[in-house]
Amino acid sequence: MANVNYFLTEEQQMIVDLARQIAREKIIPVRAELDEKEEFPWDIMKDLAQADLFGLYIPEEYGGFGGGCFENCLAVEQLAYGCIAVTTTFAASALGGYPIVMYGSDEQKKKYLPEIASGEKLAAFGLTEAGAGSDAAAIKTTAVEDGDYWVLNGTKQWITSGGEAEIYTIIALTDKNKGPRGASAFIVEKGDEGFSFGKKEKKMGLRASATRELIFNDCRIPKDRLLGRRGLGFIIAMKTLDLARPGIGAIGVGLSQAALDESVNYARQRVQFGQPIISFQAIQHMLADMATQIEAARALVYAVARTIDSGEKDISKISAMAKLFPTDVAMKVTTDAVQILGGYGYMKEYPVEKMMRDAKILQIYEGTNQIQRNVIGQALNKEYARK
Amino acid sequence: MNIVVCIKQVPDAESVKWDHKTGTLIRDGVKSVINPFDYHAIEAALTLKDKLGAKVTAVTMGPPQAQDAIREAMSLGVDEGVVVSDRAFAGADTLATTYTLAQAIGKLDSVDAVFCGKQAIDGDTAQVGPGLAVRLGFPCVTYVGGMDIINDGKGLRLKRMTEQGYDIVEVEFPVVLTVLSCLNTPRVPSLKGKMRAKKAQIPMWSAEDIGAEPDKIGLAGSPTKVHSTYIPKFEAKREFLEGDPEEQAEALVQRLKEAGII
Ligand SMILES: Cc1cc2nc3c(=O)[nH]c(=O)nc-3n(C[C@H](O)[C@H](O)[C@H](O)COP(=O)(O)OP(=O)(O)OC[C@H]3O[C@@H](n4cnc5c(N)ncnc54)[C@H](O)[C@@H]3O)c2cc1C
Ligand SMILES: Cc1cc2nc3c(=O)[nH]c(=O)nc-3n(C[C@H](O)[C@H](O)[C@H](O)COP(=O)(O)OP(=O)(O)OC[C@H]3O[C@@H](n4cnc5c(N)ncnc54)[C@H](O)[C@@H]3O)c2cc1C
Repeated sequence: MANVNYFLTEEQQMIVDLARQIAREKIIPVRAELDEKEEFPWDIMKDLAQADLFGLYIPEEYGGFGGGCFENCLAVEQLAYGCIAVTTTFAASALGGYPIVMYGSDEQKKKYLPEIASGEKLAAFGLTEAGAGSDAAAIKTTAVEDGDYWVLNGTKQWITSGGEAEIYTIIALTDKNKGPRGASAFIVEKGDEGFSFGKKEKKMGLRASATRELIFNDCRIPKDRLLGRRGLGFIIAMKTLDLARPGIGAIGVGLSQAALDESVNYARQRVQFGQPIISFQAIQHMLADMATQIEAARALVYAVARTIDSGEKDISKISAMAKLFPTDVAMKVTTDAVQILGGYGYMKEYPVEKMMRDAKILQIYEGTNQIQRNVIGQALNKEYARK
Repeated sequence: MNIVVCIKQVPDAESVKWDHKTGTLIRDGVKSVINPFDYHAIEAALTLKDKLGAKVTAVTMGPPQAQDAIREAMSLGVDEGVVVSDRAFAGADTLATTYTLAQAIGKLDSVDAVFCGKQAIDGDTAQVGPGLAVRLGFPCVTYVGGMDIINDGKGLRLKRMTEQGYDIVEVEFPVVLTVLSCLNTPRVPSLKGKMRAKKAQIPMWSAEDIGAEPDKIGLAGSPTKVHSTYIPKFEAKREFLEGDPEEQAEALVQRLKEAGII
């Protein structure tokens, strides 16, 4: 039976095969234990480094593979088939790396990108604060110029890979009164004076991923850690998230595919009323909807990622779509998977309860799905005003 | 430093068929994979490469498709590979296989270490490593379950696993090792490795290329005939000898004589 052909190049197919192999051999065997123990997946990060996957989106001259948004999506989709906590840890390094790729000076790129590309160091991205989630402009962390230094003060909350990563891209206010031009982006290194880590969160899902506070207490960093120009902080943050959101969609696709595979296999062998439950139309229709929605989500993610890689600039709307739809699908598909497995689905012996717990984060981080709808709605309003 | 890894392609499915007439495996139509132990041999070679710097060459004797095994080894970080392939090699037993592999290895620049798997999961003899060592004139350490570099990279300290425990053995290069799966955890391929492997031209060496004598290869060079295969049973009889020490000694001598030992 034919599957949808996405006409991948040989190299793209290699990325898929490699990431799938890592999911099967290295991630799936340990995912339940990592989840149970809330253990940071260092061993798997080393495998991903060995496999050259951390450098997918980084230009070749800085030790990367020179791929784009699409290559990254292909990799995280396959990894997410194994575990999205592991995949989020991997993807968070790109979230920290994208700003340097897009806005870093040549010196900054030469210093940080090879280490990120080789996987020798993980990167992270710090925007959110206790009082500033969806409303990023409400951040309170400040950066003040002091001679040859910037001095940062404030606390970032829920930063993925906090404490584990070595390189942090931080958004802080530099001119409180300048509104959208009031923030700047900085590179902060683990070990910088005045930079420490707060409490590590206990979570419903995504438990192998570290989510932690970053505390800046008169944190002094050299002048040359400013990314781009002063005042570009919010723009850098938005451009970074625009580029990363299809990746979150791809994680949703991979997770959903895993839940579907578990569901079909289970429904074929579970017998009730003398027949496999897949013979009940109610189950078949659920599976049919799951499979169709997953394929639609995949097609959307791939098409948007390819559009982004073609050099299109104004991508906020399509990038929001590529996050919104696949992650809503993931929540629905994983919930239905638990339903199809019944009581067994609710038990830890089967992987679908974790998938359902994990799926929820996809509708929340990197901009909640309400915020994605806002972005799409506002774009429509603008688009149609012009017509 | 030059390291060789011997890898063998083995049938994937457990449902391989056996040709009762010729006493050989029917390999047609069965998917081939790298012998599981050989992944650990590759990993051991790459570990040495990482630590000491070395060129690692994978060598396999097999049909032309065996180049898939070489490509996979290269995707893991092996530098080069050779398929030793010729119709004349068909039907080789371990005597002919080790001759053929030794001839091929002899063509490479001075080799310091040869890594083999403990055994092939289809042939199962575990003879290729030791046989190769004899032909190359290298010492051989089998069943390696641990490996450390010693003497500034001139030798290795190895854990040779036995049924009762293990021996610690120190050797200097050159050496042939056969390795167990407990030695290491094989790495995953890398993207760069996969791309290099895909593009690589894998040399194929014929009987003529390796200067093999026709009567030492393939069926002609294979005196072994497989009649049946089975797992040998080890049975030990136990008997307590009674009496004072002298009587016991006498009884013991008697038993040993009966058994033809003395
Ligand atoms: C596990 C985890 C990892 C994270 N990793 C990172 C990280 O690495 N870096 C980082 O910077 N941040 C990170 N975050 C933060 C994440 O991006 C925020 O949680 C998210 O943006 C939502 O903010 P909030 O939680 O404060 O929710 P709020 O903004 O308080 O929203 C609460 C609810 O109100 C809704 N809402 C808010 N405003 C509107 C509106 N205008 N219209 C309609 N509905 C609205 C939201 O959709 C949501 O349903 C992480 C969060 C979690 C949970
Ligand atoms: C009478 C007879 C006929 C046979 N006919 C055929 C035949 O027609 N076709 C056929 O394919 N086999 C045939 N075989 C099997 C073949 O001879 C053996 O499989 C081969 O000699 C290797 O022995 P083994 O598999 O026991 O390897 P082992 O000694 O168990 O393997 C140990 C290690 O040696 C290395 N090694 C083994 N074989 C190779 C290889 N070919 N290339 C590189 N490294 C290797 C690997 O590192 C492996 O892990 C025949 C065997 C006999 C006895």
